[in-house]
Amino acid sequence: MRTLKLRILRGSPTRRRYYQIFTVHLHDEANIIDGVAQVFGEQDHSLMFRHACHHASCGLCGARINGRERLMCITPIAEFPEGATVTLEPLRNLPWVGDLAVDVKPFLQKMDQMGLPYSRSDELAPGPEPGNRFEDCIECGLCMSACPVVSNLKYLGPAPLAALARVLEEPRDVDPTGACEIARGPHGVWRCHSAMECSEVCPSNVDPSRAIGWLRRRFITGK
Amino acid sequence: METQSTWQKIWTWIDLRGRREGGIGFILMRLTAIGLVVYLALHLTMISNLARGPEAWDSFIKLVKLPIFMVGDTLLIFGLVYHAINGIRVTVLGLGWGGDHQAALFWGAFVLSVLLTAVMVTAIVAIG
Repeated sequence: MRTLKLRILRGSPTRRRYYQIFTVHLHDEANIIDGVAQVFGEQDHSLMFRHACHHASCGLCGARINGRERLMCITPIAEFPEGATVTLEPLRNLPWVGDLAVDVKPFLQKMDQMGLPYSRSDELAPGPEPGNRFEDCIECGLCMSACPVVSNLKYLGPAPLAALARVLEEPRDVDPTGACEIARGPHGVWRCHSAMECSEVCPSNVDPSRAIGWLRRRFITGK
Repeated sequence: METQSTWQKIWTWIDLRGRREGGIGFILMRLTAIGLVVYLALHLTMISNLARGPEAWDSFIKLVKLPIFMVGDTLLIFGLVYHAINGIRVTVLGLGWGGDHQAALFWGAFVLSVLLTAVMVTAIVAIG
């Protein structure tokens, strides 16, 4: 067993904001999400946080853990020493709902504009019965939070631009003309300042900064 | 729901928490850019002393030869050199090349900037 102190940003736009410390006792194999769930279940049922799959597929439990954007479900508590204080804050650059919850609607609307299908057709998932392999991006929004330029909400941001790159790589009957126009525009690829934080925090190997560079080269050469 | 205020957006630019090399490089790039713009404005203002005759110019030169201005010169040289070298790094990364080595490229740009600044400051001090 391991004891951690979770220092969680509480409040909402209509309530006072403050940090509240909860002490949790967890198995060594647990992840941060288990600690947050324990707080919700045993100490404070008013805590707001988003979660579903607990295995890095749904992309809901993104938060800043000690300042860094990560999925709480795949952040092992074993990373932190016994008795350590771990600060949990909501993602940046998205409207704050309260506690650890943010409204991802503005982000998902940008993703929708790019028209990326959920599954690939150029590559099948491995297994005894081959099936469609999903796209890597789980739309967790970590890259949108880590990118210092997305604080300007008009900028498309890393994940939508990486989605467009995937559409161009493998169109799957999607017409990318409209999305390309947006990406070429004042809030598209040219707003990226190569801070590279998107690729650093991505839990799903999407590498948005590489995709943005690829899009830029493509646009420069007139493709 | 709460959207970010202008100050929160600016704070996000310079908030170092959780940032790694790329983010630190971005913040330094911003700060050096602002510093260079402020310097340019100061420089143009000061150089206007030329229009006020030799006495005004000589007294200005005497002022800027005080040791305290050497600190400002050092910061200016570092800002200029870092902004130029990191600009090359950002251009390369911005085209999608070298992303796997971006942290090493940042430290390379930073150390090279410090070394070049040291060489230039040493030369200025030696010339007197």
